[in-house]
Amino acid sequence: MTTRPLTIALAGNPNSGKTTTFNNITGTHQKVGNWPGVTVEKKEGRVTWNGYTLKVVDLPGTYSLTAFSMEEIIARDFILDTKPDVVVDIIDASNLERSLYLATQLRELDTRVLFVLNMADVMRARGLHIDTQKLSELLDVSVVFTVGNKNQGTESLLRTIVELAESGKVAPAERRVKYNSDFERAIETLGSCIAKHAGNRLPYNLRWVSIKLLEGDPVVQEKVRRRLGEDADEVLQEALRIRGRLADFYDEEPEIVMTDERYGFIAGIIKEVLKSSTEKRVDFSRNIDLVLTNRFLGFPIFVFFIWAMFQLTFSLGAYPMAWLEAGVEAVSRLASALLPAGMVRELLVDGVLGGVGSVLVFLPNILILFLCIALFEDTGYLARAAFLMDKIMHLVGLHGKSFIPLLMGFGCNVPAVMATRTLESEKDRILTILINPFMSCSARLPVYVLLAGTFFARNAGDVIFSIYLLGIVLAVLTGRLFRSTVLRGETAPFVMELPPYRAPMVRGLLIHMWERSKLFLKKMGGIILVGSVVIWGLSAFPRQSDTVMRLDEKLRVHRTDLEKMIAHGAQADRIAIMRDTVRSLERAQASERVRGSYLGRIGRWISPVFEPLGMDWKASVALLAGFVAKEIVVSTLGVLYATEDESADAKEALSKALRDSGMTRLSAYSMMAFVLLYVPCLATVAAIRREANSWRWAAFSVAYSTALAWIVAFVIFQVGSRISGLV
Amino acid sequence: MEHEKTKLLSEISEGQRAVIVHVGGNGAFRRRLFEMGFLKGTEVHVDKYAPLKDPIELILKGYHVSLRVEEAARITVKPLPKEERL
Repeated sequence: MTTRPLTIALAGNPNSGKTTTFNNITGTHQKVGNWPGVTVEKKEGRVTWNGYTLKVVDLPGTYSLTAFSMEEIIARDFILDTKPDVVVDIIDASNLERSLYLATQLRELDTRVLFVLNMADVMRARGLHIDTQKLSELLDVSVVFTVGNKNQGTESLLRTIVELAESGKVAPAERRVKYNSDFERAIETLGSCIAKHAGNRLPYNLRWVSIKLLEGDPVVQEKVRRRLGEDADEVLQEALRIRGRLADFYDEEPEIVMTDERYGFIAGIIKEVLKSSTEKRVDFSRNIDLVLTNRFLGFPIFVFFIWAMFQLTFSLGAYPMAWLEAGVEAVSRLASALLPAGMVRELLVDGVLGGVGSVLVFLPNILILFLCIALFEDTGYLARAAFLMDKIMHLVGLHGKSFIPLLMGFGCNVPAVMATRTLESEKDRILTILINPFMSCSARLPVYVLLAGTFFARNAGDVIFSIYLLGIVLAVLTGRLFRSTVLRGETAPFVMELPPYRAPMVRGLLIHMWERSKLFLKKMGGIILVGSVVIWGLSAFPRQSDTVMRLDEKLRVHRTDLEKMIAHGAQADRIAIMRDTVRSLERAQASERVRGSYLGRIGRWISPVFEPLGMDWKASVALLAGFVAKEIVVSTLGVLYATEDESADAKEALSKALRDSGMTRLSAYSMMAFVLLYVPCLATVAAIRREANSWRWAAFSVAYSTALAWIVAFVIFQVGSRISGLV
Repeated sequence: MEHEKTKLLSEISEGQRAVIVHVGGNGAFRRRLFEMGFLKGTEVHVDKYAPLKDPIELILKGYHVSLRVEEAARITVKPLPKEERL
């Protein structure tokens, strides 16, 4: 018995039940991250079984092992470079023919392969029977039956894995795909050429390398070049020559002919192992689809599901959100009471608790939202939603699956950006992430409500709607622009499998939800923490200025007066007047503090930039502070205009102050447009950086959206001023 | 066989079946289709069109897959009479 952990890789088609099998084997001992350098998710788990330690790696789901997509390259490189002890190929037993395509490619690599025929129950229900004995013999592999979503067969799977790993059995060279004689000869010729030049410098199966070079695989060409250096040229030239000859002869690219040959080989196996009974069978999945993708019912049902998801996420989520808010507030109050007044208290209460608390409250929304998305994904409905929406999304240069993340953006961009993981193509994913912030999230609504309510009283609703519309239009234009510039290239072909509907597994849903939330808390927490402390620092320093000190002095005098008056039982109305004076002094001091702070200074310094947009320095400061979270724009304006923020008519007072400040309808509209478009909040930037896996995209998003915000607000204000000047 | 008229897959109506004659289009796309089983001689059933008439849901080799109309227009097929079963 070995003590060294066995490395087990899970391969398989998308929708083959790979993740379910992974969950069954590892339980909750999982680590979710990314494959280095890409946005593809990597799942790893550790499990002990009968004294053996298994390190299980869930490879990305693929249909093949070519260099067609990032996922395929990752899966292949892992098998080639890490050389796992066993590669488990999860096969959808009810979809044997297509699944065997990947399986035959796995068999071409020098690795121990084990077939898992999953969804054995569906297979039987469909009246199919697979002769495993025969299959095992024909391809010389061990075969295990499982029913992943009922957790059946996991034990025997583990046993077979360990047996195979311990057997030390070398993958036999026979029982692999045999191509036609022209190709076999070509493979042999190229193989010996490689052997001659490479010696033992290529740690891969030579037959496989030959096949890949004949297919013109760019990744394998690169591997050969790296390993052989100078000698690579001759090998690659020879490969090119043979490839050209085959292409001429067949009047077809060799890789296409080989694909054909593999399927031919598979057809032979299918004929021997698959028996289909003739009894009439009901296809539940198709019956469900008759309704869910029905010409007339499809869209109403889709809209209902989306509506339900929104309601659950934001209406039901509002309750726990309120509890969390109350909790954060209680902790803040407790901290305020326990700590002596001063910098440490402010840092903890305003900086840390204020900043982290404002993000933490989104946790219930995120939990519910990801539960819904996991439900859509695991049942197979997500593919149908993409099927319904693809036509519309394609106009923007996006994939049907982009719709859900974009829609979620209206709630909160953070989970929306995280939801782009359901997209397979990296370009689609990044484009969807980049235009997501233009979907006006709910945090921006308070700003619109304040400004539109103040300046457009009667038409506030229409004005706010026009802002939402502006966001959508700009998202469409941006999508088209990026598609033809930075993210050029065709939309990924819509060759999308519509898997049969399946009942989701509760455990799978919970694991999915928990993993997402953990990521959210961990990563967001860190960046938000730093960001909020920085913004707090900028608004809290420098501590003192002459004006603030003068006000301090005045305040002290008035407070003492007030106490004296209370102590001496002065008339109630006089006490009230004095109390008001103290309050307004306090507000003036707070306002003065922000004005004199670094944030205020920066705001005043950059206010010339905002002038052409019709905004003064106070608006500039508010917009700067809004980087942490857009709701903060409102509270910062409140502080700057020194209005009361605790009384019931706080909004009214702020409205009045704004009207008196010289702001016009036009500048208010320009500010709303700016708030809609400029830098997504800190949490969103953090999510973008995480999901796009690069600071460059996050920085690009910040720069682009801010530039766009400025241009749009500029056009609105300047053109608007000209027009109203003319009238 | 050869004298029968071929059509594009995008021209086949809902509920009809056809046999693939040729897959056109650029390299990567074409290769992807081949790997998903769109091979010459494979029978395809046009299950349904999306409510907006694009994409199309197809059944081949016992599984359901969707293709955009423009993508289906790159595949040449020979329609099968409705009753015939391969």
